[in-house]
Amino acid sequence: MEGFAKFAYVETKLFLREKVAAIAVFGLPIALVIGFGLIPGFGKPQKGLSGQIGTEFIASIGVAIVLATLGLNGVPMVISQYRERGILRRLGVTPVRPLTLLLAKLVVWAAAAVASVIFLVVVTRFAFHVPLPRRLGWFTASFLLAIAALFALGMLAAAAAPTSRTAIGIGWLLFFPSMLLGGVYFPTEEMSPGMRRAGEFTPLGSALHAVRDTWMGLNPSPLYLGIMAGYAIVAGALAARFFRWDTGAA
Amino acid sequence: MAVIEVSGLTKRYGRQPVVDGISFAVEQGEIFGVLGPNGAGKTTAVECMEGLRRHDSGQVRVLGLDPRSDGRRLRQRIGVQLQETQLPERMKVWEALELYASFYPNPADWRELMERWGLAARQKAAFASLSGGQKQRLFIALALVGQPEVVFLDELTSGLDPGARRATWDLIRQIRAQGATVVLVSHFMDEVEELCDRVAILDRGRIAALDTPAALVDRAGTEYRLRFRPVGPLDEASLALLPGVSSVKRDGTQVAVTGTGDFAAAVTAELARRRVLAAELRIDGRSLDTAYVALTGQTLDT
Repeated sequence: MEGFAKFAYVETKLFLREKVAAIAVFGLPIALVIGFGLIPGFGKPQKGLSGQIGTEFIASIGVAIVLATLGLNGVPMVISQYRERGILRRLGVTPVRPLTLLLAKLVVWAAAAVASVIFLVVVTRFAFHVPLPRRLGWFTASFLLAIAALFALGMLAAAAAPTSRTAIGIGWLLFFPSMLLGGVYFPTEEMSPGMRRAGEFTPLGSALHAVRDTWMGLNPSPLYLGIMAGYAIVAGALAARFFRWDTGAA
Repeated sequence: MAVIEVSGLTKRYGRQPVVDGISFAVEQGEIFGVLGPNGAGKTTAVECMEGLRRHDSGQVRVLGLDPRSDGRRLRQRIGVQLQETQLPERMKVWEALELYASFYPNPADWRELMERWGLAARQKAAFASLSGGQKQRLFIALALVGQPEVVFLDELTSGLDPGARRATWDLIRQIRAQGATVVLVSHFMDEVEELCDRVAILDRGRIAALDTPAALVDRAGTEYRLRFRPVGPLDEASLALLPGVSSVKRDGTQVAVTGTGDFAAAVTAELARRRVLAAELRIDGRSLDTAYVALTGQTLDT
């Protein structure tokens, strides 16, 4: 992949210059953990959360927010803007491939998601004495799979939408139901069985289940892993198939 | 040696041909103009040469390479400035130049380019904060950073003020002086007339005319006007009989003669023969502009 390292370096610099994005990705989950972590008794297992420690649950919510924000809001926006602004078109007349830039950008953003979650896990461990995810290997695998699923969905929104405005709109349309059904706005324990079931089939819902389970020390259900892998493969393939490299203006 | 050879190039969108069987060749070291109104197919034709679009039929060779099958090798040797492209908002001027330099096997010194195109003072500025003219100059610099053998410039000076346009024209001549071939897409007559060795006028996907700017003006045979103030008595009727002259009018002290072809030379020779001095001699309306209207039957909507 010629030019990949160079693009990745430049994209990292550009990401760090977007103060708002950096704050949202790194600051918001931490703020949640600190806010809820200070509630007395929240550091103990909660009956309404299947026995999960309250702060641990909030940290899992933080992981889901990172995934949804980057995958469903960030990816459709930046990728469609790169197309709409002719940045991809311009690369099309150089010896490097525009695809290299897209992949570098996605890798940098995935790295940002990983960094944010490491930061989150470390802060909750040392500031609130929440244990590290007990199935750390499965936790990591689930999280990486979740990145693949949500980024693929975000790429599909960017691929399908003719304009950046539409891509961002589709992103938000995916974001709110995902947060609701996925168990971010209120825990799945409080959902009706039907809603709970529907939530399991969203990529964010299965991601949050897998993250919570592995943090508590359970092995992730193959169903959740399978759902995430399914989204990653199907949405990723469709995005690759239908991706437009320019806005098609004649 | 022809650097670009195009024969029967056709590109359709749906069933509508946008470029309809055009043929031409561009010689090494030429500045070749592609002129025409919006929608004439100029940009599409050039994008087929750059390998950005795949033509439907006909043959295209740039530097001996087929842009469809040898695009990657070709793109190492050409430089392109596209219409309406941007860079990431927060990318800095020097970063863009350094990044694009890294794409090419034998890049130019990007610092020197930055200097030459008047961007050095803005090197740490984010792309979004640049003025229209600065952005345009950055894109031209990016087109040149790979030391291209052929440079494609699409609407080079749109968005530039008159002073900046003149300065840009001088720099384009320098590109040619360094041995590159330049293909210039434009809808500005003055630009094409000023810079191009030859120009193809595109009209609804076809070549309406292809020649040097001067020859196009001649061929169009449009009327133009010669004005002067005769010093001493002059019998205007004698001028009306000269070949090519269509009318002679006196307006106070001024005489205006209109005609076609080489009538101006005949008029001045006649004045010399009669020992009449012509003061304030001016020629109007003899430009590519009028030739264009005559050749395509329409004006350029700029």
